[in-house]
Amino acid sequence: MLKFIIRRLTFSIPVLLGILLVTFTLARAIPGDPCLAVLGERATKDICESFFRRNGLDQPAPVQLLIYIRNFLQGDLGESMRFHRPVMELLVDRLPTTVELGFFALLFAISVGVPIGVLSAYRHKSAIDVGTMIGANIGVSMPVFWLGLMLAYLFAVLLKDTPFALPPSGRLTPGASPAPFYLVQGLVAEGEEPLGILRFLSRINTLNAILTLNGELLVDALRHLILPAVAVGTIPLAIIARMSRSSVLEVLSQDYVRTARAKGLREHVVVGKHALKNAMLPVITVIGLNFGLVISGAVLTETIFSLTGVGRTLVDSITSRDYTLVQGFTVVIAAGFVLINMVVDILYGYLDPRIRFN
Amino acid sequence: MANSAPASLSSSDNYRSANLWLEALRNLRHSPSALLGSAVIGALVIIAVFAPFFATHDPLQTMIGVPGETGRLPSKPPCVPILGCKDPQHILGLDLNARDLYSRVIYGTRTSLSVGVITISLSIIAGTALGITAGYMGGTVDNVIMRLMDVVLAFPALLLAISIVTILGPGLTNALLGITITFIPQYARLSRASVLSIKEQEFVIAEQALGASPLRIVLAHILPNAITPIIVQGTLGVGTAILDAAALSFLGLGAQPPTPEWGQILSESRNYLFTSPHLVFFPGFAIMITVLGFNLLGDGMRDALDPRLNRN
Repeated sequence: MLKFIIRRLTFSIPVLLGILLVTFTLARAIPGDPCLAVLGERATKDICESFFRRNGLDQPAPVQLLIYIRNFLQGDLGESMRFHRPVMELLVDRLPTTVELGFFALLFAISVGVPIGVLSAYRHKSAIDVGTMIGANIGVSMPVFWLGLMLAYLFAVLLKDTPFALPPSGRLTPGASPAPFYLVQGLVAEGEEPLGILRFLSRINTLNAILTLNGELLVDALRHLILPAVAVGTIPLAIIARMSRSSVLEVLSQDYVRTARAKGLREHVVVGKHALKNAMLPVITVIGLNFGLVISGAVLTETIFSLTGVGRTLVDSITSRDYTLVQGFTVVIAAGFVLINMVVDILYGYLDPRIRFN
Repeated sequence: MANSAPASLSSSDNYRSANLWLEALRNLRHSPSALLGSAVIGALVIIAVFAPFFATHDPLQTMIGVPGETGRLPSKPPCVPILGCKDPQHILGLDLNARDLYSRVIYGTRTSLSVGVITISLSIIAGTALGITAGYMGGTVDNVIMRLMDVVLAFPALLLAISIVTILGPGLTNALLGITITFIPQYARLSRASVLSIKEQEFVIAEQALGASPLRIVLAHILPNAITPIIVQGTLGVGTAILDAAALSFLGLGAQPPTPEWGQILSESRNYLFTSPHLVFFPGFAIMITVLGFNLLGDGMRDALDPRLNRN
């Protein structure tokens, strides 16, 4: 197993280097002068020269690349040209929104998708099966941004005065500023600068609410999350449901399932213990692959629901030519994607020994 | 003699593949999802080709100052005469620039269908060429090409497309190019896998021994054998490409106003969601139906063209 993990880790290194190279090149290929974009059209030549020197942009490209890789390995993503703050700090600020959204979107997709997929395989060719598959087909065909807007209209306008009404924008009710858990729990003294990781965790509202035992905040955060999470999660849900269905169908026709039934095992043991365990392997891979969809969905959904997450910040920064931010955010997202796929692969190798030895 | 062997080989191949296609077509006719998908796509193609006949107005014409027009949004669209609507002039009402929404959605079919088909065709051509080269040449060439594909795949597709379009500048053509690049690795991987499984087979080795050029081997043997999974993936891909293009237009990076494109129409009207939801509903619904058509057809084709599934 250790050998398998090491082999898988080694595979990821060239890809990570490739990502660094590509983001570096992409960020520099964005047309327009970064100096004019950041400092405004009236910046003089002298001011621009000192701006370039300060940001290392006067060095030849290969030197810039090397500096960039060295800094990246040290966790330094540079300073955002637009916000005049370290990119890492901005990431700590904004990534929690996207992580929270992505987590609940996937949670929704898995907790609904897997059961309906399994059910429709178990009741193959029944009305449930046909209905689920029609629904899944419609689900994968749905534009995320359209679904988000329609959900917002349905729950914020049509159901406005009913108990089902949900807020169409923001992360919390306007005006709410919850105390971070590290202050409430006395981990950090008032006025002291907390560690980045504590700040990061405290910005995940639902987690912060649980850690501060604030039920009201938890409900508020969840109510704001439902619509965007459903919008982002619908396409993954449909894919996961289809995958679970075909995977369970295949397993149910295997000899060992027939043997289990022939032994007289109860049906729920046959399905739950023998079939499901094996059927879930490909489903895990699909869940890992859906991370990309979640990020793409987050870019669109954050725009619709006015959430200041990574996706929306990134799109805004591309238009304002904030090289360092674009570079930093893209690299972290892509590296995260590679990392998640690696974890999925390793998990897969752990669950299915045949993969490890192949 | 040296010429007759490959000729007979390839003719028997053609015979087999012709049968395979006929059988696939027969299977397709029995697949409800393929039939429904084809019907939807067929209808959309007819709408796109004959858009001027289906549209009631010029999609770019603003109705302000036009005789007999109020230039105001009807209060409760959709307005269909058979359903007792008094103002049958504008079936789906007017958009925010007082243009006929129905005609804009009809013309949008042209843009979306062509974007989907062109994107996927381009990425199939580029991806297959790269994949076959990698698989056939092996060694360093294979490594370099496939690692490059891994890097492209490491980026979430929409994010990469957004970055590319930002560099090239917003616009439909650049959006199309950006999406094409994100799709290339899929086809490269698929065709490479097919090449690897086919190139060691005896009929290919025999051709090589007879002195056939690599190009001939690729065109006559490898490509026909590799094409099935690519066609299936391609059909499913058209839907995704249409979704991506609409998303880029929605973000203001794809089709630019006043081009009637569904994502762009949606983007223009999204701030009026709470007052005129129909402006948002219809273009989005059109996107969904189109993508659904391609997904249904792709699913049906996968079932029809995969002999392994037929046995089950």
